[in-house]
Amino acid sequence: MSGLALRGISKAYGGNHILRDVTIEAKPGEFVALVGPSGCGKTTLLRIAAGLDHPDRGSVWLGERDMTAMRPSGRDIAMVFQSYALYPHLTAGQNIAVPLAMRNLTVWQRLPWIGSLLPGQRETRAEIQRCVFETARSLKIDHLLDRKPAQMSGGQRQRVALGRALVRSPAAFLMDEPLSNLDASLRVHTRSEIVELHRRAGVTTLYVTHDQAEALSMADRVAVMMGGRLLQFDTPEAIYGNPAHIEVARFIGSPQINLLAGEVDAAHGIRIGGRLFVEGVGATPGTRVTIGFRPEAIKLGGSSQAGLGASVKRIEFLGSETLVFLELAGGGGSLVAKLAPAEATVLNPGQAVTIAVASGEVLVFGSDGSRLPVAPAMRMAANG
Amino acid sequence: MTTRSWNLARVLRLATLSSGALIFLGPYVWMVSTAMKPREEIFSSSLALIPDRWAAVENFSKVFTRVPMLQLLMNGAIVCAVILVVQVLVALPCAYALAKLRFPGARLMISGIMLGLLVPIHATALPIYVALSGAGVLNTYFALAAPFLISVFAIFLFLQFFRAMPDDLINAARLDGMSEFGIVLRVIVPNAWPAITAFSIFSVVAHWNDLFWPQIVVTETAMAPPPLGLIFFRAAEAGDDYGALMAATVVVTMPLLAAFLLAQRRFIEGITLTGLKG
Repeated sequence: MSGLALRGISKAYGGNHILRDVTIEAKPGEFVALVGPSGCGKTTLLRIAAGLDHPDRGSVWLGERDMTAMRPSGRDIAMVFQSYALYPHLTAGQNIAVPLAMRNLTVWQRLPWIGSLLPGQRETRAEIQRCVFETARSLKIDHLLDRKPAQMSGGQRQRVALGRALVRSPAAFLMDEPLSNLDASLRVHTRSEIVELHRRAGVTTLYVTHDQAEALSMADRVAVMMGGRLLQFDTPEAIYGNPAHIEVARFIGSPQINLLAGEVDAAHGIRIGGRLFVEGVGATPGTRVTIGFRPEAIKLGGSSQAGLGASVKRIEFLGSETLVFLELAGGGGSLVAKLAPAEATVLNPGQAVTIAVASGEVLVFGSDGSRLPVAPAMRMAANG
Repeated sequence: MTTRSWNLARVLRLATLSSGALIFLGPYVWMVSTAMKPREEIFSSSLALIPDRWAAVENFSKVFTRVPMLQLLMNGAIVCAVILVVQVLVALPCAYALAKLRFPGARLMISGIMLGLLVPIHATALPIYVALSGAGVLNTYFALAAPFLISVFAIFLFLQFFRAMPDDLINAARLDGMSEFGIVLRVIVPNAWPAITAFSIFSVVAHWNDLFWPQIVVTETAMAPPPLGLIFFRAAEAGDDYGALMAATVVVTMPLLAAFLLAQRRFIEGITLTGLKG
């Protein structure tokens, strides 16, 4: 088992920078998700890892081997494509057998007619058949081996594509949005299956997706990319709770994080609507900042309580939780709060409420989008 | 289809198509009919498709006894096969490289192919003739096939077809360990049968029926492809024996007809086979 490292990768197409100095190192056996909006360069990065594209600068390492100049076939890496890319003229079984046949049979043995006369060919073919069948059984597609891709559903094709990648036990897996062509219920199901597969095989995996929920739920670590840059590479918990950049905070989490504009005052605090929100912000007074807090961090109180005044615009009941859309008093902006359904039963549209956010839950971003430090001691004081 | 009612529009459509088919089939039917008629009936003033006295045996036996008809058919088959095989062998990798590989000069080469499509054989016939004559290879199969061995049309047709093939399919093949030639052989060709079949029909029809080029480089009956053989036959033997001439024509068109009907089935199979996505 070996780790997969992309170091200092830059790539430009005709002056258009797709990747700028991206470094991602996946530890052996780790499941890393690359997430970002479309066009952020995540697929290009995956293609560079596969050897289908070449970086202008930077290197690709598999374990201790520098693979930057190596051809895709020499890299011992398997890839699952978004379109599955199954060979349409071959059956599912033949599709899965291709990578083994290309590796374990010689050029002469692969030839039709002549190949079948050569020694050792029969044994190797039988061995390949056994591997194909075993892989197919682990994916529960052993009854589909004689079908062509055109005769299979999207989910079945997806499994065959997984099988083709799994069968030769590669040193690393690359997956390019493998779930995006499946319908919603199948997607959630396959998601857990892929995680289970990864847990069993323990192969280092690089998984590209634009779906933040997929990235958070599946990966050991998540790399958030935007505009060709790596913004943050950390555990799902840290990406969600401790985003390093305003774009990360905005991209991760559904519903979106609440963001309000503010300014650091002389006492290093930030006031919204006349109320002190955070203290101890590590920035010079007068700096324009944006503060952010997750929808579930908002505590609503009656209009008589102390807090930021707001009115309820709309209430969405989602079963396990309720979303409350709020309008700040005095046109200060709109927010969304996530409450337990029981808490929300007393609310009605148009009702005046107050908003309180524990200061420990407030994130402060500078005008360039980077996180600003908030002194923990001061935070405690603000809580009290 | 069968349950649709016979409304006016459908009748009109069928009538138009049928009359068109008749116009195209007419000469062929007349050729077959003439091949069955004795001499006196061909020149009689009455028009009849069915002859009063059948002279098919007489006409066809003349064809096979007075000219080396089997030799002519063989010549045609060899020349067409050589042309087609080399054309496809050259055009497949060439079109693959132009469609799917990035290399300097690719765009220039594609423009070159477009230009090549515009140049007819008649423009280059004379220099090629001089070259072949200088090399002393006139009256050979090579001279018959040489100008057509590289077909820009084939490259163009395959190029268009390959461009529509998903890049991921080729990338998957590369990751599976195939070389570029392996990709052409194992991924492109099995999925390009519709294009290859379509091109084969064009190529074989054009070169089986070609009279222009054989007339330039072949002067011996032993090397003549069928259409040139017909000319020799008319000049030497048939004179005004149109029955025998038409019988010879029927014989010459038969292989093409058979080949087309076979290829047509394959062609339709090929189309239903394409299901890359779906």
